[in-house]
Amino acid sequence: MKPALWGVLPLTLATLAASAIPVSAERLVTSLSEYQVKIASNFVGQNLVLFGGIEADGAGQAQRSGYDIVATVTGPAQSLITFRKRRALGIWVNAEAREFEDAPAYLAFLSNRPLTAIVNHETLLRLQLGLENYPLPERSQTGSSEDSDEPFRVALIRLRREQGLYREESNAVTFLTPRLFRAFVPLPADVPVGNYLVDVRLFADGAQIARAAAPFEVAKEGVEQIVTSAAREHGVLYGLAVVTMALLTGWFASIVFRRD
Amino acid sequence: MQIYLPIADQPVNILLILAMGLAVGFISGMFGIGGGFLMTPLLIFLGISPAVSVASVTGHIAASSMSGAISYWRRRTIDLALALMLLAGGIIGTAVGVWLFTFLRKVGQLDITIGVAYVLLLTVVGALMVAESLRAILRAQKGKPVELRRPGSHLWIHGLPIKLRFKRSRIYVSVIPVWSIGFIIGFFGALMGIGGGFLLVPMLIYLLRVPTATVIGTSMVLTLLTMASATVMHAATNHLVDAVLALILMIGGVAGAQFGARAGQKMRGERLRLLLGLLVLAVGIRFALTLVLPPENIYSIRVLGGEG
Repeated sequence: MKPALWGVLPLTLATLAASAIPVSAERLVTSLSEYQVKIASNFVGQNLVLFGGIEADGAGQAQRSGYDIVATVTGPAQSLITFRKRRALGIWVNAEAREFEDAPAYLAFLSNRPLTAIVNHETLLRLQLGLENYPLPERSQTGSSEDSDEPFRVALIRLRREQGLYREESNAVTFLTPRLFRAFVPLPADVPVGNYLVDVRLFADGAQIARAAAPFEVAKEGVEQIVTSAAREHGVLYGLAVVTMALLTGWFASIVFRRD
Repeated sequence: MQIYLPIADQPVNILLILAMGLAVGFISGMFGIGGGFLMTPLLIFLGISPAVSVASVTGHIAASSMSGAISYWRRRTIDLALALMLLAGGIIGTAVGVWLFTFLRKVGQLDITIGVAYVLLLTVVGALMVAESLRAILRAQKGKPVELRRPGSHLWIHGLPIKLRFKRSRIYVSVIPVWSIGFIIGFFGALMGIGGGFLLVPMLIYLLRVPTATVIGTSMVLTLLTMASATVMHAATNHLVDAVLALILMIGGVAGAQFGARAGQKMRGERLRLLLGLLVLAVGIRFALTLVLPPENIYSIRVLGGEG
């Protein structure tokens, strides 16, 4: 079992214990189609498939009107800067900035129906479900500080949504049978590498009754991986290699196309 | 056909990049320039971050100037001594340019600086080239012989000390302007991802009086050496040189340059300069518009320590 899973386990127990509904009889079982997403030179994005089943645990089954699933997918934490342009001397320059610490590089909320239809607003806030309700801690600011930070936060979410890195999809989870569901985790072509976690919550009658998690990793592979690590770790050698490549290409061309 | 770029962290259409390399290579071969001032903006318009574009294009220019330099070497039209003297200033300029690039990236003002530098440099140089070539064309139409402009037979530059004789170019000049020109080319080259051929050739002709016979070959050697060192410096400090992107550009570029060179030989010199001037001016105006027009998005985000 991966460490990430252990981290979620006590949480799950705590949530279960705190739940207003009597300790439920349901257990959530999940599985991902892949635990490692490989970025090779032909990578153009990928859909991971999350499968899940709701198991009856023991004999005493509560009567449910229906189940809801909310899966939160978070990527590796990044520090992000949001810049705001302002007109200065007739041209548009980055005048103000806000730095957000530990913002996930990828963030998706996948559910079978709109989040607000599943649980009330307070619960969404408490469980940090939904792009609006997810905390994005801020570090510092430059430029004039009179303005509120809210526009920067909103812009950050909007821009990341446009890139397909932040998502909120209320039709991503499909129930195949009343107790069996499937969800697509859409990873765009420029998905950042790192460790990801899929945190799946089971709701019934407006309350969380079970939780499970599945980690996966996005990593570069083959040439992509070699080039990236060479560029990061051996900058000078890498630069010399690119120059050698340039000289050879130029020299080769002068031979191939020689006219005299 | 998509290929994933390892440093730019995004897939691009390999055929599109190859075609861009060919087109820019054609232009660079035709005018005897590196073509970086076209390639870098094209990559930026394509959605590749300015930082990765600038750093990767330096490798591409090194390749195209290498193939150019070899053919000029065979024709013995390179003033190696002059190129090396220019390089002395060029290396320092490149280092300062890379340093400024790194600094501006850190404070979030790199994109705007690249933009402003493009606007100023390209509109001014483009306008000068258009004006100069139009005058030459008009003069030719009036039937007057086309004379090489040699404004004021003695520029103040020629009064400077520490003079050196460059045999192949048959000039006797002070090393101070030579180093300064090298510095300027290296600096702008590293900062803006341009080889600077379109700047260097007029500077050598008008300021140093280098004869047209050796000017292009010498300029190519300097471009090759400064761009090669800029590639290594960018790779060592910012880790933003995308080898895959650079390789695709190089292949398209060197092939295109050969066809461009043949096309260029069929055209009259002043017509060629007019075309190049218009091209330079157009790119400058395009950059000016993006700076002056209200942006679609006044917000932008950047990952710290990741790609620019």
